[in-house]
This record gives sequence, structure tokens and C-alpha cells, in this order.
Amino acid sequence: MSNTSPNFITSSIGKKFLMGFTGLFLISFLVIHVLINACIYFNDGGATFNMAASFMAHNIIIRIVEVGLFLGIILHVVQALIITLQNNKARPQKYAVQNLAVSSKWYSRSMGLLGTLLLMFLVVHLANFWVPTKIAVFKGEEHNTFESLKTVFSNPIVLAVYLLGLISLFYHLLHGFQSAFQTFGLNHKKYTPCIKSFGFWYSVIIVLLFASMPITLFMGLIK
Amino acid sequence: MSHGNMNLTLKIWRQNSGKEKGQLVTYPVKDISPDMSFLEMFDVLNEQLVSKNESPIVFDHDCREGICGMCSMVINGRAHGPKTGITTCQLHMRSFKDGDTITVEPWRAQAFPVIKDLTVDRTSFERIQAKGGFVSVNTGTAQDANCLPIPKDDADSSFNAAACIGCGACVATCKNASAMLFVAAKVSQFALLPQGKIEATARVKNMVAQMDLEGFGSCTNTGACEIECPKGISLENIARMNREYLVANCKD
Ligand code: HEM
Ligand code: SF4
Ligand code: FES
Repeated sequence: MSNTSPNFITSSIGKKFLMGFTGLFLISFLVIHVLINACIYFNDGGATFNMAASFMAHNIIIRIVEVGLFLGIILHVVQALIITLQNNKARPQKYAVQNLAVSSKWYSRSMGLLGTLLLMFLVVHLANFWVPTKIAVFKGEEHNTFESLKTVFSNPIVLAVYLLGLISLFYHLLHGFQSAFQTFGLNHKKYTPCIKSFGFWYSVIIVLLFASMPITLFMGLIK
Repeated sequence: MSHGNMNLTLKIWRQNSGKEKGQLVTYPVKDISPDMSFLEMFDVLNEQLVSKNESPIVFDHDCREGICGMCSMVINGRAHGPKTGITTCQLHMRSFKDGDTITVEPWRAQAFPVIKDLTVDRTSFERIQAKGGFVSVNTGTAQDANCLPIPKDDADSSFNAAACIGCGACVATCKNASAMLFVAAKVSQFALLPQGKIEATARVKNMVAQMDLEGFGSCTNTGACEIECPKGISLENIARMNREYLVANCKD
């Protein structure tokens, strides 16, 4: 048997490794992100939160990680696009009747849609917070991120957009977390149920924590 | 009509050739015994069509006992019909109710083009197999089994993977028309045994390369294939193939 295969990264499995890898990287970023945000719960007029936010905006290591984060998102999205388009092409003639609900979960079949919603949310989110912070850093001014939180989340439409974004994130993670492990070839009778329940609780907790912030700010519970 | 027999409305995909357009055509069938298999019901319908000078419906079938994997049909939106763990030839009409409307379509995938009506061309599977779904050893007298001890768990897993009949239900079911479960079964069956280890690297690389070349989609781990596979091939095989593929690519 001679070896005639093309390289790893352009193969269907290689692409999925990259998707899973970048996905898990984004998942670990979300943990840091939620911890920083949780500083608003000190309820000290944003003192702790602004300190953490300012550290994140100026620290050199964070700056480097941030570049990695953007690369990660871009890689994840580009691969997602390529894979989704190729997968659609694999069935040019659709079924007249197809009963997929018996064999798989709707969200596992909707990763492209959920991801697109996430991407749209990300654009809004970056425009709300990341861009103003960057402008302030660029001008050498101190940016009161906490005050901007309160202004942004006083708008019920913004609140609704954030909650919808978080619902998309929830279902994306619900499938994505355990899917990444299966892609990496980590499927084991004993450990896979643990990975699945960890992924479930991760998705629930991270999304509830994120959701609690715009809600409490909107309701004026955080001063 | 004897007691318990059924009248049904069938909507069947008719397509003269791969080049022509096809459509669903409605056929009423009467007095179908619940003890008939789904394919026998097709035989009855085809006899009626022939006696009316119409062309019979072309469908694949061979063993009619669930081992050859030929009887490819998507019945009411599910590969091999509403039951799990069986092929179409093992599906009985008692799984339906009198008066039901049943839609029957061919496997739908870029890599499985329709030949005629419900018959599709699955030689893409054969081309994948030809890339490494075998062990290149000289045949001769089998050596003494005790010379080659294999752990029972590995032997069982290998045997379970080898149960794949190449029917293509996994591809037909998958939203991406991915052949990962089939290829994973063929890779796993050898990857677990010492005889298969020698060529393991080239096998997995070449079979995956051919799979991609044939235009199958990629796996998004929805798990639908595992549910609809008549032989219960499990997703563990896909994980094993992904591992094998990673390791093979690290080696050279
Ligand atoms: C916070 C942001 C995100 C996180 C944490 C995340 C996480 C993940 C994870 C862990 C996977 C599973 C990878 C695998 O199965 O190997 C995944 C898959 C996927 N993601 Fe994301 N993702 C995010 C954003 C996005 C965005 C913005 C898009 C789209 C434009 C997207 C589209 C997809 C698609 C299409 C899949 C493939 C589904 C599959 O193969 O199972 N994701 N994501
Ligand atoms: S893995 Fe199952 S569904 Fe796929 S070809 Fe083999 S037997 Fe058929
Ligand atoms: S005809 Fe052989 S499996 Fe159905």
C-alpha cells in the first residue's frame, strides 16, 4: 500500500481538528471573560471592574493573547464556512421527506446557523465595548467601561439582542463542547459521559452568568 | 380482502436515468398482507405495473435477509424505514397502518448518483475500500490461532466494526452525506488487529483521501448515522479513525 494522500490540514478530518481546537480555545477564553465581568458584582461603583478592564486593555501579554483570539475566531469562522458549504454540496438533491428528529438533536444540525447568529452578535458586541475601549487607549484616555456598561444595557433592545446571542451560544456550546472531543478521537465508554455532562453544565453556567449581567444592569441592581 | 390486509398509497421516486429529472409518482396498492416484507410489497406492485405494460420500479436487492446491504430506500424520511437495526428487506408491512401514505426515495448524495428510480451507484464505497480496506498478505494455510493472541475486547470491537455491510444508510441519513461511519468501520476493523497494524498508516490516510475525493461531506458529530445504521456501528469507530488519522499524519 503506497501513500497517496494530500496533507492533513486540507483533509475533511484535519479541518475538523482545527474547528475543534479553535472552538475549545474560544471556550477557555469565555471563562476568563466571564470572570472579569463578574467583577461588577462587587457592586462598588465599578471600581474593581474598571481596574480589571484596564489591566486587560493595557497588559502586554493580554495584548498578544488578544491577537491569538482574533486569529482563532477568524480560523474557526472560515473553516466553518468552508465545511458548511462543502457539506451542503454533498447532497445536491434534497429529500422530499426527511425525518431527522428521530436520529439527532436540532442544534447539532444547526451549528452553521447558530454560529452565524453568534457572529452577528459578536459584531454588535465588539462595536458596543471593544471599539470604544480601543479608541480610548489609542487616544491615551482612561475609559470608564463600567459607565458604558450601564448606558448600553439601559436599552431594552440591546438587552434582547444580548439574550438572543446568549441563547445561540448555549446551543452552539451544547453540541460543540462534546463534539470537539469526539473529533479529537477522545471517545471512551467511561469518560465520554463525563465530558458530555461537563459540557452541559459548562454551557448552562457560563450562559446564565453572562445573561445575569445585562439583566441586573438593566434592572438597575448594580450601581 | 382478507382480515388485516392493508390498502396503502405509495409515493415513489421515478427517474429514468441519472441524466433525466425524476419525480415522485403516486401508486395505490391494495390488499397488502401485514406479513409481507417491504420488498415483497414492491414485487406485488411491480407485477401490477408489468401487467399494465408500465415499466416496473427499479430497486436494489439481493439477499433479502439483511446481510448484503443492497436494499437502499429512504422510507418516510428514514433510511430503511421506521424501525432501527434492520434493512428494508427485514421491514414488514405490519410496521405500517391501513390507509398510510408512504414516501420512498433513493439514497441522496452527490457521491451516490441515481442510476434508475431507487437504485443508486455506490461504487464510490468500493473505490474507498480499494484504497486500503484489506490486508496485503499472501493467502495460504491459516496459522495456528494461538500464535497470535488478541485481547478479547479488541477482537470483539474489531468484529463489531466488521459487521458493516456497506449499505450506505449512514450517508443517506447524515445531513452532510458524510461517509465517516462506513470508512471508520472499515478502518477500525483492521486497526484493532495485529494483522492490520502493519499497513495502518497508509490505510487510514488513503481511505480518507479517497472519501474526500468522492465528494462525501464531513462529519459534524450529529450522531444520526449511528442511530440509523442497521448493524449498530458506533461513533467510537469514528473517534478511532480520527485518532488513527492524526497519528498517521504525525508519523510522516
Ligand atoms: C464564542 C464563540 C464560539 C465558540 C466558543 C465556539 C465553539 C465551537 C466548538 C467547541 C465547536 C465544535 C468543534 C468540533 O466539533 O470539532 C464548534 C463548531 C462549529 N462552530 Fe463554533 N464556536 C464559536 C463561534 C462560532 C462562530 C462565530 C461561528 C460561525 C460563523 C461558528 C460556527 C461553527 C460551526 C459551523 C461548527 C461546526 C459544527 C460541527 O462540526 O459540529 N462558531 N464551535
Ligand atoms: S456503517 Fe452501518 S449504515 Fe454505514 S454502510 Fe456500514 S452498515 Fe451501512
Ligand atoms: S436485500 Fe440484502 S440486506 Fe436487504
